Amino acid sequence: MARYPKVTLETAIDHGLSEKEFDEIQSILGRVPNYVELGVFSVMWSEHCSYKSSIKMIKTLPRSGGRLLVEAGEENAGLIDIGDDLAVAFKIESHNHPSAVEPYQGAATGVGGIMRDIFTMGARPVISMNSLRFGSLDEPRNRFLLEHVVEGIADYSNCLGIPTLGGEVVIEDSYSGNPLINAFSLGLVKKGKTASAIAKGEGNPVFIVGAKTGRDGIHGATFASVELTDESESRKSNVQVGDPFLEKLLLEASLELCSKSWLVGMQDMGAAGITCSSSEMAAKGNVGITINIDKVPLREPGMNAYETLLSESQERMLVVIEKKFEKELKIIFDKWDLNCTKIGVVNSSGRLEVFEKRRKVVDIPAESLVLGGGAPEYELPAKEPEYISTANTFSIDNLAEPADYNKVLLTLLASPNISSKKWVYQQYDSTVRSNTVIGPGSDAGVIRIKGTKKALAVSTDCNGKYVYLNPRLGGEIAVAEAARNVVCTGAEPIAITNCLNFGNPNDPEIYWQFKEAVTGIGKVCRTLNTPVTGGNVSFYNESSLGAVYPSPVIGMVGLIEDTKHITTMSFKTPNDFIIVLGGLNGKLGGSEYLKTIHGRIEGPIAPLNIEFEMRVQEVCLEAIKKGIVNSAHDISDGGLLVNIAESIIAAEPGIGAKIDCERRLRTDELLFGECQSAIIITIPENNLIDLIMISQELDIPTQTIGRVTDNNLLTVNQNISVERPKLESAYNLSFENIMKG
Amino acid sequence: MRVAVVVFPGSNCDHDAYHVIQHLLNIDVDFVWHKEKDLSKYGAVIVPGGFAYGDYLRAGAIARFSPIMEEVIQFANRGKPVIGICNGFQVLVESGLLPGALINNKNIKFLSRDVCIRVENSDTIFTSYYDEGDLLTIPIAHRQGNYFAKPDDIRQLKDNGQIAFTYHPQDADGNPNGSLESIAGILNDAKNVLGMMPHPERAAEEILGAPDGLKIFQSMLGVS
Repeated sequence: MARYPKVTLETAIDHGLSEKEFDEIQSILGRVPNYVELGVFSVMWSEHCSYKSSIKMIKTLPRSGGRLLVEAGEENAGLIDIGDDLAVAFKIESHNHPSAVEPYQGAATGVGGIMRDIFTMGARPVISMNSLRFGSLDEPRNRFLLEHVVEGIADYSNCLGIPTLGGEVVIEDSYSGNPLINAFSLGLVKKGKTASAIAKGEGNPVFIVGAKTGRDGIHGATFASVELTDESESRKSNVQVGDPFLEKLLLEASLELCSKSWLVGMQDMGAAGITCSSSEMAAKGNVGITINIDKVPLREPGMNAYETLLSESQERMLVVIEKKFEKELKIIFDKWDLNCTKIGVVNSSGRLEVFEKRRKVVDIPAESLVLGGGAPEYELPAKEPEYISTANTFSIDNLAEPADYNKVLLTLLASPNISSKKWVYQQYDSTVRSNTVIGPGSDAGVIRIKGTKKALAVSTDCNGKYVYLNPRLGGEIAVAEAARNVVCTGAEPIAITNCLNFGNPNDPEIYWQFKEAVTGIGKVCRTLNTPVTGGNVSFYNESSLGAVYPSPVIGMVGLIEDTKHITTMSFKTPNDFIIVLGGLNGKLGGSEYLKTIHGRIEGPIAPLNIEFEMRVQEVCLEAIKKGIVNSAHDISDGGLLVNIAESIIAAEPGIGAKIDCERRLRTDELLFGECQSAIIITIPENNLIDLIMISQELDIPTQTIGRVTDNNLLTVNQNISVERPKLESAYNLSFENIMKG
Repeated sequence: MRVAVVVFPGSNCDHDAYHVIQHLLNIDVDFVWHKEKDLSKYGAVIVPGGFAYGDYLRAGAIARFSPIMEEVIQFANRGKPVIGICNGFQVLVESGLLPGALINNKNIKFLSRDVCIRVENSDTIFTSYYDEGDLLTIPIAHRQGNYFAKPDDIRQLKDNGQIAFTYHPQDADGNPNGSLESIAGILNDAKNVLGMMPHPERAAEEILGAPDGLKIFQSMLGVS
């Protein structure tokens, strides 16, 4: 019989609970919890599982409307109607702390976890994306982290056979020591064929399926809910180990199971393993679950109930089926050579009860453990940080104008944030499942949906510098730009998921950043009618160097009604007009130019007028649907000229561009300033009238700023003339060279 | 005529092969689970890509012991067409149907991108719809695609016209994985078994880029 330590306030505090929370637990139970119960409460009430410090703000986000079928928080991921009797489920999630300590496994299991969130709903994952942030690559440790994170993601998603369509790789000093590893997955499911994470029906059996349970990842959720310290290295046992082959089998078996009418509910095991899945399923169904912990197949002998309940071993699911179908369930899992073991039963008690060697070691009302039930919710104090006023005083008047603009352009194209991430994304299988129309390296990735005329576009986006300098506006821009990215491919933005990466929320200045950014995200989502289907909050992203830039990463999904509308960013035909939709009013505040060329990270950043933005996107989409647009690419990091250079580099050999454009702006502001609500499109000369009709209707300025050429050259006014091969080598080769160290 | 797509635990290009045969060529196709032992009703067999058995130990090394492989070997020995793509190529090599070995790419990393390959022999059931020298754009996606064989085997492959495709120097870096003789695909002695690292099933429709790979399946099945 396992022997457990006595529970005192000190043990509770060691488990990351506060004194007040410990009191609350005692009043729920009417007694002091035992050690196993304390473990259960500590993970379920950890920030990671309970969202206790964020949920009040999260509830301010628009979580209904649009094409939403299942609202955020109701299931593992939101569900969006895309017509043709199909729905998509998608979500983004962080795996930051595990990846900081053990980059390969941390990132790999991040992918595994998000995939399970999708296929546990009965949806087959068809898109994988990732959004990665690291400290300066001049430091070997950061290169090491990047190399192994990418390898971990690649090995896991490649083996699963899910195409990775891109994402982001962002390099800023603030992420040193605490990289941000956010993984996105999207799955397709027939409408009405989804599975729910629910337990119901008295007497129905509860099964654990998939991998055996080991000691890996115990207290992973708690580990994710504190800052990283020098001791974190020694906490590798908090990191789970992934097996993508097992996950592939689990994926196929789970989807087979989802087609059965006798499946009651299914929930994947991520954070807090059996504890979380069983209490959530019970609470959702308003029932109780009794578990015989001795039945759980173990990877190593001698594990007690505490360890078994809290293990975060990967590739496991909890399944509830109607009784009398146990044989049928076995047949499915036998086919895939997977474990399938009955460990419990549903009852009407409303309690999570766990027996170990016939002794009851857990007896807790399920509702008291879960988010939306008894788990605590906090409103934390917020205070505007002092840096906000001091970091936003940039003026172009005290910035020297560069002498050689050719050199500036090439330096920017070679900078880590702008240069091609081919070195990264060539390691991801981007074409498996034979649906990929636009792969990595564009504004958004696009897959067609077999058997329909439709396609899906997906983009992840966040400019941490912007959010740092102006959290509310930065949050607004993250959504607006993600939407603009999918619009450029010909898609209508339909919904977002978000991964909110911040520092320690108990610091009022961090919490202020969080509140501001979420407010900004909510505002733009409401305007664009793109509800938030769900996502993840990751706090405590701090190392000895301080907090990361506030980084609310947006995953935007867009729907393309007809694959013939799919548009890419590459220039196509010589003599096409190059046209700006919106306006060129770039600001150097917060720009890559100001950082890379002048070594300054200062605001103010360019403003966003969301009504104007929406109309710019409408013009672009209308023009694309009319078939008059040959290429579309939005202006973002690096400004106008980087945008033009990227469209040249992506084009067929020989293509170049000649730009003639004057503004009442200084040349560096015009060429490298960053602005919102501006999209560069190219159209054949004959289509100009059609374009003007559309843009006038929506009152959006369009201006021709140049032409596509066939002379392999980029020229701009009198300032710039660079041969294409120079652009290409700066853009294509520099990241690889940086990674060589 | 029916086509079999063999499915191992860990196969992940099975649906792509199925899609090409069933939906683009309108020929009936079945998934054949690796525990099955009968291929008698099929006219051609596709061993698709993926990570059979997780590629643990060595790519294709465990899959060759699956019950179905015994039958695939018999099927090939009867002169019927067998095509192994990517991981399928690795399985065919491990099972002895094709010579040589596929080792780690020269840069060790997984490589996913379009490559340009050249048709070296158009006088086979898989390549008869092409002309020798045709250049095809087809994606690769593998970590172990670096073809290696003993000098005697290489000589025989060359002398006997068993090199089906090579990576073409027109491509950005010619030979992406370091294969001997830039080999991208080879045939057995009797030329009814083809193994190739590039994925023709992912290059069979205009919307996904150039449909340069489709003719391999059309040629194998004698349809247009």
